[in-house]
Amino acid sequence: MTQSTLTINGHAKTIEAPPMKRLLDVLREDLHLTGAKEGCGEGECGACAILLNGDLVNSCLIPVLQAEGAEITTIEGLAIDKKLHPIQQCFLENGGAQCGICTPGMILATHHLLDKHPQPTLLQIQEGLSGNLCRCTGYMRIFNAVEAAALTGAAK
Amino acid sequence: MRSNVTEYDLVAPTTLDAALQILADSPDPYTPIAGGTELMVALGAGRLQPRKLISLWNLEELRFIEVSGDAITIGAGSTFTDIRNHPVITEEFPLLTQAASWTGSIANQNRATIGGNIVNASPAADNPPALLAYDAELTIVSSSEERTLPYRDFHLSYKKVDLAPNELLQSITILRNFESYKTYIRKVGTRNAQAISKVAIAALARLKKGSIEDIRIGAASLREVPTRLPLTEQSLLNKRVTPETIAAARAALISESKPIDDIRSTAKYRTAIAAKLLEEFLQSL
Repeated sequence: MTQSTLTINGHAKTIEAPPMKRLLDVLREDLHLTGAKEGCGEGECGACAILLNGDLVNSCLIPVLQAEGAEITTIEGLAIDKKLHPIQQCFLENGGAQCGICTPGMILATHHLLDKHPQPTLLQIQEGLSGNLCRCTGYMRIFNAVEAAALTGAAK
Repeated sequence: MRSNVTEYDLVAPTTLDAALQILADSPDPYTPIAGGTELMVALGAGRLQPRKLISLWNLEELRFIEVSGDAITIGAGSTFTDIRNHPVITEEFPLLTQAASWTGSIANQNRATIGGNIVNASPAADNPPALLAYDAELTIVSSSEERTLPYRDFHLSYKKVDLAPNELLQSITILRNFESYKTYIRKVGTRNAQAISKVAIAALARLKKGSIEDIRIGAASLREVPTRLPLTEQSLLNKRVTPETIAAARAALISESKPIDDIRSTAKYRTAIAAKLLEEFLQSL
């Protein structure tokens, strides 16, 4: 067991865990943050995506020891004062979420995309979300949600 | 079946020197882990064999891109995002930028490192063909020694590389002299995003008065290691691009390709498509 200190959604947390424990499992089991989902467990589907020091990453592929000292944002940290984040609101209004399994990762990938490209082209949206698989929506409604979020200036 | 994570040890030294000292002092080998996009998949699937791992993630001595007058040196710990964002690589080494852009998704590119892609030594890896075309040189370090070798000599056999257990790949150096070259890169896979390639080719050629003065062709999934295609290159040197030279080059490629049948494709398809990619490249010259 090793001790790691992480800042999760603005709060410092100290975790005792085996150093190779996947960050996804630490979030879900030790911190009870179940927003990040396990889909494929091999970095293909993006259901476990989070922001680590501002970078979009798949938390199923990160040993917790490598997150020592990191600032982590999960979907639970995105809403501000119990109000939906503008990206969440746009997904809601545009039917960008159906069963919901991919949605936390989609929304964090959108956040990361709009951070880099506040007014993305459709191609940039497609590439930015290409690591997040959705089996419900057919993606068009998700792209619409991202375009709507860009119009609100959601990245800020 | 998920691995039992309590059976694994991971150390995370904070300097390259400390990492090399750990490797030098350990009686049994450590397996380096950087971005984890390969080894953590194995862990999740319950098939990660090594039990002792050493983290190289974010060591600043490995995560840099340095440009001098005649060369660019990329630290082995640079991520594909670092590579895609670098203006000199974008401007002068388009094959590398392109290969980096199709190495997994953005989330994977934020973690996966070029050193990991090389050392993991998959014959299907996205970046080796480009590095072979640019004739990159590797710098390898241990606690007592530093050595360089041409990247084309690094892959010894399937998944075996010229790297001792006490050594680490430190950086990749490419000369900045490709201004006059025409470039070509194409990956063929099941879908555009994320899919591992069935076959890929990256190539460079310089023409003089209509004939090919220099040519380098790197290929993925045509042999058991990422490989240059020396017979094909030889068949084209000092030749003009004519239907006859294209036919001879296709024959040379087919003769030196030894692909396999696996879940992603068949040997027959790989060879046929590689020959078509070669032809597409030659037609573009």
